[in-house]
Amino acid sequence: MKTFVKFAAIGMLLATAACSRPAQQGPMVNDPYANMNQGVGVSALPGTAEHFKATAGDTVLFPVDQSTLTPEARTILANQAGWLNQNQGFSALIEGHADEQGTREYNLALGARRASSVQEYLISQGVGSGRLRTVSYGKERPLEICSTEECYTKNRRAVTAVSPGAGM
Amino acid sequence: MLRKFFLTSALALAGLGLAAPVLAQDGPLRIEITDGVIEPMPFAISAFHDEGGAGELLAQVQNLIAADLTGTGLFREIPASAHIARPESFETPVAYEDWKAINAQALITGAVRVEGGKVVVKFRLFDVFSGQPLGDGMQFDAGTGNWRRAAHKAADQVYARLTGEGPYFDSRVAFVQESGPKDARRKRIGVMDYDGANIKFLTDDSTLVLKPRFSPDGSRLLYTSYASGFPTAMMMDVNSLAARPLNAQQGGMSFSPRFSPDGRWIVYSLEKNGNTDIYQMDAASGAQRPLTNAPSIETSPSFSPDGSQIVFESDRSGQPQLYVMSASGGEPKRISFGEGRYGTPVWSPRGDMIAFTRQVGAKFHIGVMRTDGSEEKMLTESFLDEGPSWAPNGRVVMFTRVTPGGNGEPRLHSVDITGRNMRPVKLNGAASDPDWGPLLP
Repeated sequence: MKTFVKFAAIGMLLATAACSRPAQQGPMVNDPYANMNQGVGVSALPGTAEHFKATAGDTVLFPVDQSTLTPEARTILANQAGWLNQNQGFSALIEGHADEQGTREYNLALGARRASSVQEYLISQGVGSGRLRTVSYGKERPLEICSTEECYTKNRRAVTAVSPGAGM
Repeated sequence: MLRKFFLTSALALAGLGLAAPVLAQDGPLRIEITDGVIEPMPFAISAFHDEGGAGELLAQVQNLIAADLTGTGLFREIPASAHIARPESFETPVAYEDWKAINAQALITGAVRVEGGKVVVKFRLFDVFSGQPLGDGMQFDAGTGNWRRAAHKAADQVYARLTGEGPYFDSRVAFVQESGPKDARRKRIGVMDYDGANIKFLTDDSTLVLKPRFSPDGSRLLYTSYASGFPTAMMMDVNSLAARPLNAQQGGMSFSPRFSPDGRWIVYSLEKNGNTDIYQMDAASGAQRPLTNAPSIETSPSFSPDGSQIVFESDRSGQPQLYVMSASGGEPKRISFGEGRYGTPVWSPRGDMIAFTRQVGAKFHIGVMRTDGSEEKMLTESFLDEGPSWAPNGRVVMFTRVTPGGNGEPRLHSVDITGRNMRPVKLNGAASDPDWGPLLP
């Protein structure tokens, strides 16, 4: 299913690019071969959000209550910066998140701190500050829903979402 | 006072049998909340009288008054089947001996009539063992659609006379209704009676909304909305539902807004470049200025009832703790020193205590402490309790309890300041972020 979604997303992007009037972009066509493509290699094309996610990695993780970047996070963010520097036509929204342990207010502030850490690092790697925006979701949008440390680890995160557009 | 009364009468009953009623109290009939009531006071409601057209409302009003009182955990109703006296009308003199015989310490009599689209509720309260009325009889009228308010008002009077505390049943609570899966929760703001009845939704669930807070008169709500895509503190008129962002300036996120007790100021958190501080806004002019200026997180501000001080949470020490500062800013004083993390402090409307959320290890508590941080006491413990809000009388708090796991859900609960009477608010479905509004006029 994941593969299909990727495949369809690329298809839509190609269709948009080929279409002379993008405003008329229609609904996604049901692909009758959707369940037959197992074994067919599918990869995102360069210069797409999917490519960013697949090659640079869109998520960095944080320890409890922390917003400082781990060495692993710096590696991913260096890749993100490299991608953004190569794809100047994209801007990014950085979402900061927290796990459910903590009050709503504190987690909102903590998510903002995390998103800002990522933003600062990307700027330090040459990405124009006008291309980056942050938003905190606090504990409102967990990626994993279980209530164990295994899930909490994945929820304490900042996600960089790129989209076409030179900035805001 | 109560304790003394209970002890003397219990001793008397045990040792002297029928002599008990002879013992005079040394004060009015009174039950104290603060010490933690283990034995609820037995009371009776003599069957209410229909004085014209009451119909179903007769029983509904009487039952709601009983539910309000027993719901506090302070009172126990003696069932009608045990009653001996069957007075003919609301004016029939009280047969105290009949109520003493079933050990009703307080007696409520009442009557209901409906006329011209209005319901009229009358009641009297009696101290059975001293054989006297406790205060004057009163009557309340309301549109028949608002019969619950008339019943709450009567129950509030009984509660106030028997406890010496302020009333709180006739009040509304703003909250967030939640639906959908945990990773894509949908939320909307609702307002309900304190007991979960009469729900009205003020927003639809297309936009994520958090933490509604009433203005002192209940006419407006402050809350946080993702309508713009970014968390933004908003103000809504409760009647017209018109809403606008508090802060016209675009910047970082704004959240956790709360009114001052006189309604003149709004304090809230504003984030800039990842750092969150507390700001103050003139509610009329919109003029604003920072009250804190630190690289740490400062949030959840709440005024003292006299408006002179603000309690808030800050992680300047490395972990979130509670601090108090002047309402005009300045150097804050730390008031929480226990293990773990403290957050969401709220100053009691009575001014005597601060309620808060505390996390120790994997457990969350709702707690209360004196405003200088002394006499800290945990009222609850669970996987996740958070966000207390005070009843108008400062003797009960409502909060969010979340159950763990992928199907975990938030529910509203209330607990009194002794921690002895915790109960869920009767609501169908998940809800969070309660804010207890003012006593209705």
